[in-house]
Amino acid sequence: MTDSRAKALGGLLARQGILVAFVLFMVGFALWNPRFIGIDNVFGVIRSSAILGVMALGVTFVVIGGNLDLSVGSMMSFSAIVVLDLHENPAFGPALAIPAMFAMTMALGALIGFLVGYLKLNSLIVTLGMLSAIHGLTLAYSGGQNMDIANQQATWFGVFGRGTVAGVPIPVLMFGGLALILAVILAKTPFGRKVYAVGGNGTAATFSGIPRARVVFMTYLISSFCVATAGLIQASRTMGAQNTVGQGMELEVLAAVILGGASLLGGSGTVFKTVIGVLILGFIQNGLLLAGLQFYAQFVVTWVIIILAVWLDIAAKRGRLWSPIA
Amino acid sequence: MTKPTLSGLIKNGAIWGFIVLELIFFSVAGHFWSMSESAFMDFGNMLLLLKQSAPIGIIAVGMTVIMINGNIDLSVGATYALSAVVMLDSMSWPIFAGLGDWVIPVAWLLALLTGVTLGLINGLIVWKTGVDAFIVTLGAMLGYRGLVFMYNGEQPTYHLNWTMVDIAEANVLGLETPSLVLIAVVVIVWLLMTRTVHGRNAYAIGDNREAAVNAGIRVGPHMLLNFALIGFLSALSAVAFYSASGSVNPNDGTLFELWAITAVVLGGTKLTGGSGSIIGTFGGVIAIQLLRKGLGYIGADTETVNLVIGTILIAVLFLDKQLNRKGQEELKV
Repeated sequence: MTDSRAKALGGLLARQGILVAFVLFMVGFALWNPRFIGIDNVFGVIRSSAILGVMALGVTFVVIGGNLDLSVGSMMSFSAIVVLDLHENPAFGPALAIPAMFAMTMALGALIGFLVGYLKLNSLIVTLGMLSAIHGLTLAYSGGQNMDIANQQATWFGVFGRGTVAGVPIPVLMFGGLALILAVILAKTPFGRKVYAVGGNGTAATFSGIPRARVVFMTYLISSFCVATAGLIQASRTMGAQNTVGQGMELEVLAAVILGGASLLGGSGTVFKTVIGVLILGFIQNGLLLAGLQFYAQFVVTWVIIILAVWLDIAAKRGRLWSPIA
Repeated sequence: MTKPTLSGLIKNGAIWGFIVLELIFFSVAGHFWSMSESAFMDFGNMLLLLKQSAPIGIIAVGMTVIMINGNIDLSVGATYALSAVVMLDSMSWPIFAGLGDWVIPVAWLLALLTGVTLGLINGLIVWKTGVDAFIVTLGAMLGYRGLVFMYNGEQPTYHLNWTMVDIAEANVLGLETPSLVLIAVVVIVWLLMTRTVHGRNAYAIGDNREAAVNAGIRVGPHMLLNFALIGFLSALSAVAFYSASGSVNPNDGTLFELWAITAVVLGGTKLTGGSGSIIGTFGGVIAIQLLRKGLGYIGADTETVNLVIGTILIAVLFLDKQLNRKGQEELKV
């Protein structure tokens, strides 16, 4: 009896473990240093996590659908460079530059979606190839130059990265709003259910009449929309960008999604959990800095946390701590 | 042994056919577009190409083994950087001050030991926790890179030792040390994978882990050994490269994992494990380097290289799928 109760408790801990760990972490740090949960610090952390977070929202759809997206980092560089360049182009200006950039970025997403969804190519390799190809495209577009907005006072473009509404930074609002919309789409709509079905068991989904290819295509389109939004925030915040601004972010984004509990095999994960994953990464970084640790110590801590989180998750599912591999 | 079929022949020879095609294309195109006086297929140019392929090539050989075994390693770039930092930094440690130039082999040994240790850590975690290698090494990629930065901040680590530079640039029959190391690694690991029990078991585990377990193969130790091997090779790559340059930036080796995987996939190794060849990977490495050099030779910019390699990678995947389709049950949608 007590054994089964302990098991149930263990199961609960493992299922919501990441949330429990997050709360414990926050409470511990708050007791140690009340500034940690001060409103300024919290907004500061969320604002600096917003770019990574917005990208992670889209990748959540892709991962739940059973695929990977390694191209988001280089795609984000592309969208930031493009929007800055079009902004400086007198024919466009900020009002046209933003939709044009969204269209171009989502065209890339559609291409990936076509290759992975309709041609059924391996998503790891396709997006790896696209990582390289889009980086080339960005360099070709910019001629290898950094992009800057020449007259930063004369434009309202900075609002997406620097503005606030009633004290709340706009990147935070965009991250929160997008998370809410995507959470509803994933959890409450038929399309959301189809994403889970395709990722959980593609063959079964196909036999149930779910258009697997179209669903996968849509997940990449959503991902590229999120990337374009992240690129907009990035470009607006710095009013300038290097060609490599998003380099390496694809793996950090994936780390946040996995930390939130999405399985790389597909079929599991939620938008809410991904947001938690993003916040954990952000607050760990912030907490360690406040504790006076080196900036780079966060990477080592993140490593340990990712592996512990996934390990506990699968240990709970198989009912034993150590793997059965001989 | 399976009988060679036409599609099999196309598949296995494809990378070499591609290399020949590249050579012909760049030689011909070079006549019209190149600013350079010398021919593309100049012997010295080809030797240089081999040397330039060495850092990625040595790692890609290890990646092939890992992928044949059904795993993946994303932490090779960070392992490469950390080994390089240990190697160059240890040469100025006070305890080695009395060694003179004998500090060189000691530093090399420490670097290789670092690589093996990092590989063993990955392997042990994959074995004992059962967490997917993709996740374990993704985490390690962040963690090991963090260690590199914690070691020396954002400063480069450097130590110049002319004896070491001489060794690194030694020349045997026109082949410099990094090229020799690459060739030796290819031959030895090829023998390991084709002529030993460990190699056969690695293929078996990657092909069908369940069946391998039922056949009495112990999966864990083989995986552990392979992770130690790729850690060793990442460190060896660092030793071969940084002995000559003598300075390592904390960001060095970023994206190496992606380049290595690209080379391995171009060389015909399957992501799903169980098939692939070291020689094919060698071809993949050469093909990529040839493309970089060739595009530079005819005056194209770096951006074109990235664009072309990305496109080719996807095209290879598409062709491979078409060639493999025959005889496989495809779900009609």
